[in-house]
Amino acid sequence: MTAAIRLFLTALFCLATLPGLTQDADAPIQRLLQEHREVISESSRRTIGPAIDALAASGLPEVRDVLNRWQAKEMWLNQGSGLFVFAEEIDRDTIRIFDVADGSEIGTVADNGYEQLKPNSGIRGLIGAALVQFQLSDPDPVNRARGLDAIERDPEASHLEALRRSLDGEADQTILARKMRLERLLTIRFGQTDAERIAAIESFDGDLGVDVRAALNPLVATRLDAAEALPDAPDIARVLKPGDDDLPRDLAYAHLVEVGLAKPKIDRAAKRAALVANIDAGAVAGVQVASLDDEAARDMAYAALADQGVVEPVATEAETNAALATHVFFERFVGAPPAVALAAQDVLSGIEAKVGLNQALDLGLDAISLGSIYFLAAIGLAITFGVMGVINMAHGEFIMMGAYTGFLVQQIVPDYTLSILLALPLAFAVTFTAGVAMERLVIRHLYHRPLETLLATFGISIALQQIAKNIFGTQARPLTSPAWLDGSLVINDIVSISYIRIAIFVLALLFLALFLLVMNRTRLGLEVRAVTQNPRMAASMGINPDKINMLTFGFGSGIAGIAGVAIGLYAKVTSEMGADYIVQSFMTVVVGGVGNIWGTLLGATLVGTLQKGIEWLNPSNTLAAQTYMILFIILFIQFRPRGIIALKGRAAEA
Amino acid sequence: MSDATLATPRRPPLALRYPSVLVFLTLLALFTLGVTILSEAFGIGLISTSFVKTLGKTLCLCLVALAMDLVWGYCGILSLGHMAFFGIGGYAIGMWLMYERTRLIVVDSLAAAPLPATPQEISDGVAAQIFGVVGASELPPIWAFAHSLPIQLAFVVLVPGLLALVFGWLAFRSRVTGVYLSILTQAMTLALSLHLFQNDSGLRGNNGLSGLQNLPGLDAVPQSTVSMWFFWGSAAALAAAYILCAWIVSGKFGSVIRAIRDDEARVRFLGYPVETFKLFIFTLTAVLAGIAGALYYPQAGIVNPAEIAPIASIYLAVWVAIGGRGRLYGAVIGAAFVSLLSTWFTGGQAPDIDLGFYTIQWVDWWIVLLGLSFVAVTLFAPKGIGGLVDIFFIDRRSPDRHGADLGPDAGALREQEAEK
Repeated sequence: MTAAIRLFLTALFCLATLPGLTQDADAPIQRLLQEHREVISESSRRTIGPAIDALAASGLPEVRDVLNRWQAKEMWLNQGSGLFVFAEEIDRDTIRIFDVADGSEIGTVADNGYEQLKPNSGIRGLIGAALVQFQLSDPDPVNRARGLDAIERDPEASHLEALRRSLDGEADQTILARKMRLERLLTIRFGQTDAERIAAIESFDGDLGVDVRAALNPLVATRLDAAEALPDAPDIARVLKPGDDDLPRDLAYAHLVEVGLAKPKIDRAAKRAALVANIDAGAVAGVQVASLDDEAARDMAYAALADQGVVEPVATEAETNAALATHVFFERFVGAPPAVALAAQDVLSGIEAKVGLNQALDLGLDAISLGSIYFLAAIGLAITFGVMGVINMAHGEFIMMGAYTGFLVQQIVPDYTLSILLALPLAFAVTFTAGVAMERLVIRHLYHRPLETLLATFGISIALQQIAKNIFGTQARPLTSPAWLDGSLVINDIVSISYIRIAIFVLALLFLALFLLVMNRTRLGLEVRAVTQNPRMAASMGINPDKINMLTFGFGSGIAGIAGVAIGLYAKVTSEMGADYIVQSFMTVVVGGVGNIWGTLLGATLVGTLQKGIEWLNPSNTLAAQTYMILFIILFIQFRPRGIIALKGRAAEA
Repeated sequence: MSDATLATPRRPPLALRYPSVLVFLTLLALFTLGVTILSEAFGIGLISTSFVKTLGKTLCLCLVALAMDLVWGYCGILSLGHMAFFGIGGYAIGMWLMYERTRLIVVDSLAAAPLPATPQEISDGVAAQIFGVVGASELPPIWAFAHSLPIQLAFVVLVPGLLALVFGWLAFRSRVTGVYLSILTQAMTLALSLHLFQNDSGLRGNNGLSGLQNLPGLDAVPQSTVSMWFFWGSAAALAAAYILCAWIVSGKFGSVIRAIRDDEARVRFLGYPVETFKLFIFTLTAVLAGIAGALYYPQAGIVNPAEIAPIASIYLAVWVAIGGRGRLYGAVIGAAFVSLLSTWFTGGQAPDIDLGFYTIQWVDWWIVLLGLSFVAVTLFAPKGIGGLVDIFFIDRRSPDRHGADLGPDAGALREQEAEK
């Protein structure tokens, strides 16, 4: 019933629109499509190539539109007339069709006389490649840039020609530069003559781009080869000796076996399997099974089996050595003709030297930023330990308290910039209070007993850590940095540094300035130094040593709190974050020289540089880096027990 | 004048010079006897095997605390690294236990194979079994002697001893003292634990060595019996170490090391080679710690790098401080008291306290209590629990010096503290 109604309606529809359904069957583009109608409507990745090539090569202005529509599945085939049209689906059964020649609307028709062309992803890829050359000369620079992106992603030999053709008309300087660079890259890969390719390769001398290295690396690919004597061929990259790091003996021999220059060797498991397979009445080739409990006996039994012809004979150790000795091993260039490969190798080694230099620079930046983190963590200690001589093992927990303060502020104030600005003074206030309380309650009583100060503050440290764990749980809490601290400053493909690290570096410098200012330019600093050097004399000058000690300790603790906010931005906030820094912080102060802020700065730089340097030598293993760094520091203290900058004279004895 | 007056007067026997030795040995013997009678294996089975193990482990902790007391309480070196030596001892014996047991298992499984196993196959099998977990299949060179019990037993003593000797020599010769030395020893133990945490350290990374409670070849002996063997061994080691320590601190040597604690420079000016004395004590206590570890970990069953982390050594100092440093029985009391209390609290046996608005669960809050009570002991009772002995048994009061220092040094006990 419904089918009948549909048929009827369709017929009606066709009748109504019939007069408008004429289209130009003789337009050049339509004729071209008709020539390839078979393959186009078949839509097979294997056979479609010539059709697309013919379209692309025709130079007709409509080709671009056709390809775009085809790719977007908007090209349909009129099954009656065999003509191609563009169509838009209006609903499930009706389509609006347009002429392929000029895009003019033909009319709205039912879709049962038309077949949609549905190119699969492979064909769409081919169409996309053909579209590239149109895209490269598109009037819109955004489209041209997109075309370049597409080529960079998936370059093909055909792109080179299209790219060269598009160079002349390019007006935009940036895009022109990109096109020229890409042209040279493609020349390296697809250039016709060696001279052309070598010229392109040499033009990249010293270029740090990742794309250059990606283009050059396949050219210098080599394959292992072996021969009785070294052939006089130009494509030999280098000669290897079996037993070198680059060519273990096993590998060398395996290669000989593979190319048929030597007898195979057999591994233990295979030999064992062969022996087991040939056990006959408790013996293998006359050797008792019970005696086969070492390799020599098994070799003998296997040799006996081989003599009987039961198993393949294998090379003995002596034969292996002889084979390795009589052959020369070398590598051949396989990625490119020798001249090109050698040119690529030259340029690559130049680039690598430069890359190394830049990596060293990057490493230096990393080291400085790690150093500033250690400096931040240690500067509070430089006050409590360095100036007052109080060992505060709970210093790390003050850092943690600062970080959790920052976290709590962010829970209340959602704006990240504002919350950080609030968190910094608040963290100072919280840890200042905690420091003063600790000084009044505990440390005051222990000023002359440093070992016991160490232990008592350690008790406080484990208590604080556990309390934080009980309140905030064991999972890491995020401290989100404001958006303007996201991202990083990129200098080139190798050297970059994140803004947050720069911020920490700046913060470290600010703290250094603050410390120097307070200690050298304020009354508090003067009194602190007086009390540290000689409390009794200071007291008789009218300074209250109790009050000064309390304030100094509070100041050092407060700075730890601010450092905690900074460290929390850079790492996660956990109850153990303080403990992670405490030993390094003490190391920093001790290495630098107790009682001198410049020493602490040097110590932090040294510790940071060392750790990054060792990490660079053994990149997979940060644990090893920390281990060796600590060992180094232990040794360092042997030679400079008082640190890099040692106090001299009376101050040293205080 | 007769010869008799010129001759050196005969020293009284150790038990008289150091009366706590007799008391301690008697109590220890009674305790051991009591546990044996109550045990499952040799007695009426009133206490479980796991509790016997806990007690045995506690004896080992007492032993290492004794070492800590000798080096800190008597010689004044606050080492925050003695648990590293303890751990090394555990690793040394654990390597043999693990290797030998795995070897027996591998030999067993290969016995069913059609060909008798070669030594290479056995060692490959052992390596695959032990190191499969860290993705390696070869025995690292450090395991070269793991097959030999005598050599590994020697390592229990030699490795901590040598490490302490080298480290101590480096540290003492450059006159690193006081808190600097403490931080340096802490750095040493941190470096060691970080090293062991790596998978390629050759000691199974953070997995550590496990299955140590099973003695190779003694699968037939039940754990209840094995635990008693280790308990007796630990008790014997503790007794021997106590006698040794008492002998060391009661003679002239003991006076010298106490003098070093109180004023190192003055002892040096008197002509004593201070560094040698310190080095001897440091190394000896490291060896004692290693032995304690070698007895402890077969009872614990597993040793991993977390046991060597700096915090462990600080707990050791906490035990000695709470028990009362500078007296041998103080260390033993402290270690036993705190570690058993800690087991009780963290084992979930302590009743929770409901405050109405918040329930204090001791599993979470025990550490807080320990930390704060440690602060309290440091501040108010520097003599620790051992100070009670002075008050109740010996009736020894500190002399009243009217506010002056009790010792020659500003760091020595002060009047106010002594009276507390």
